[in-house]
Amino acid sequence: MADNDKDKPVDPHVDPANPDNRVSVRRHAADSEHAAKVLGAIPERPHPDQPVAPRMRKPTRKGLVQEVGSTGHEWDGITEYDNPMPRWWLWTFYATIIWAVGYVIAYPAIPLVDRATDGLLGTDYRQEVAAEIDRFDQANAAIQARLAEVDLAEIPNDPELVNYATNAGGAIFRTWCAQCHGSGAAGARGYPNLLDNDWLWGGTLEDIHLTLQHGIRDPQDGDTRYSEMPHFGSDGILDRTQIDQVVNHVLALSDQPHDADKAAAGAQVYADNCSACHMEDGTGDRSQGAPNLADAVWLYGDDHATLTRIVSEGPFGVMPSWSSRLSEAEIRAVATYVHGLGGGE
Amino acid sequence: MQILEKHKILEKNATLLLIFSFIVVTIGGLVQITPLFYLENTIEKVEGVRPYTPLELAGRDVYVREGCYVCHSQMIRPMRDEVERYGHYSLAAESMYDHPFQWGSKRTGPDLARVGGRYSDEWHLDHLRDPQSVVPESIMPKYGHLMDRPLGPDYVQDRVETDALVGVPYSEEMIAAAVEDFRAQANPDADASGLQERYPGAQQRNFDRQPQLTEMDALIAYLQVLGTMVDFSTFQPDPSR
Repeated sequence: MADNDKDKPVDPHVDPANPDNRVSVRRHAADSEHAAKVLGAIPERPHPDQPVAPRMRKPTRKGLVQEVGSTGHEWDGITEYDNPMPRWWLWTFYATIIWAVGYVIAYPAIPLVDRATDGLLGTDYRQEVAAEIDRFDQANAAIQARLAEVDLAEIPNDPELVNYATNAGGAIFRTWCAQCHGSGAAGARGYPNLLDNDWLWGGTLEDIHLTLQHGIRDPQDGDTRYSEMPHFGSDGILDRTQIDQVVNHVLALSDQPHDADKAAAGAQVYADNCSACHMEDGTGDRSQGAPNLADAVWLYGDDHATLTRIVSEGPFGVMPSWSSRLSEAEIRAVATYVHGLGGGE
Repeated sequence: MQILEKHKILEKNATLLLIFSFIVVTIGGLVQITPLFYLENTIEKVEGVRPYTPLELAGRDVYVREGCYVCHSQMIRPMRDEVERYGHYSLAAESMYDHPFQWGSKRTGPDLARVGGRYSDEWHLDHLRDPQSVVPESIMPKYGHLMDRPLGPDYVQDRVETDALVGVPYSEEMIAAAVEDFRAQANPDADASGLQERYPGAQQRNFDRQPQLTEMDALIAYLQVLGTMVDFSTFQPDPSR
């Protein structure tokens, strides 16, 4: 505090007598002690930035300790030790360099004029993967050949084939089929449940096999199973009243809540437009993939709105053909697996 | 050593240090990158890879814009488990017309390098609108809004020209017919002979099942062509790679 402040009342926040201010008081004392350094009067060393040789310290309990030299770098009186890098770190570093030299000799690495060196080990990842796949194919070759050749109807009678096909088919199902039919094969809205007894195109082993081979409505496969329900609404075949009537008739077929008058009127619309595929009694026709409308199983939903949409715009479910992606043995394996899930006929 | 003493000059001058660091990084880059441009086996010769059709290219832009690459790679590695699950390992030639490539390294979702033809358009539609409706355990977000975004042909020709500029072999004829091909591919009733001639094997359908051309059409067209171009019956793997 300056002298002319003496007469003023002492501010308790800066009063040295206040014990709360003891830290500030000590800091001020330390600052005035080192005033010379703070002001820049740092003693000059004869050769700044020159390394300083190690010095010997006084003997301690552990013997004569050598103090590490300095790098000669100095900031505000703080000098930097010239500690050596840790040995383990240094040797690991050298080891990686030696490893790298060996690696570029052993493996394909160095680019030459038109291609890179092959490496002494002759490593070829493509051959490795081909060899590994081949190893598994060889191991399965005998039973796969048998599975592909045997008469389809004979597969369920051969325990060895059934065992193999169920396991291999399960793996194939989880890789290729689960995205639509679900990992447990219970399907999803628009994708049939394969666990129940309701089949669109048939649930015998032959039917499932054919569906897998050529798919359903697959534009890439000429032998695909094909049918297309007319778009009764969007193509103007029926008007909205007629669609409402026929939807009520379909609800009546499966014993669901419906408007009896509309359903009665819808019977004639149904007979004229729907019965060719879905049959008079609504039990459907598997040869055309026309679902049974008289049961409780619904692919897209059983509510009035969904049925109206389906009748108006037509469903067009597609299943890819698998003969271009899976071998005959694999198709038969997955057919056996699906057939054995519970709904197989 | 004398040379180490000289190094202090660099350490004490930030600009010099920057310049020399840049030179060192440049040399490192050149050593690694340059050989790829002249080595003959960088991109193997394969049959069947063609440039994307204008619609597929637009779909690819949607794919990049929506950040699909953040969760999906397009690179099947040569390992048995990958080959068994996804199909033949990816070849450099399959992404030679990709600018930029979509290889990625993050697989939150599955690899998409060969997703083309694996699922139906309907499945893609259902799955993009509500992934959990078909794959309950999926954590993928919904992309149904793409169906509400009409896709116009305004920039189609410029887009194809831009790819031609960076080396994709689009011919003058392809650039001139870009808008026509763009419209034809998503319209099952259009005459597709020109499209087929310019882009062999191009799939022509109404991909999203609604009348107008939307970003959903383009995205599904792109997904359905992924990994389907190479004719593997004529493919001979290079012996050392």
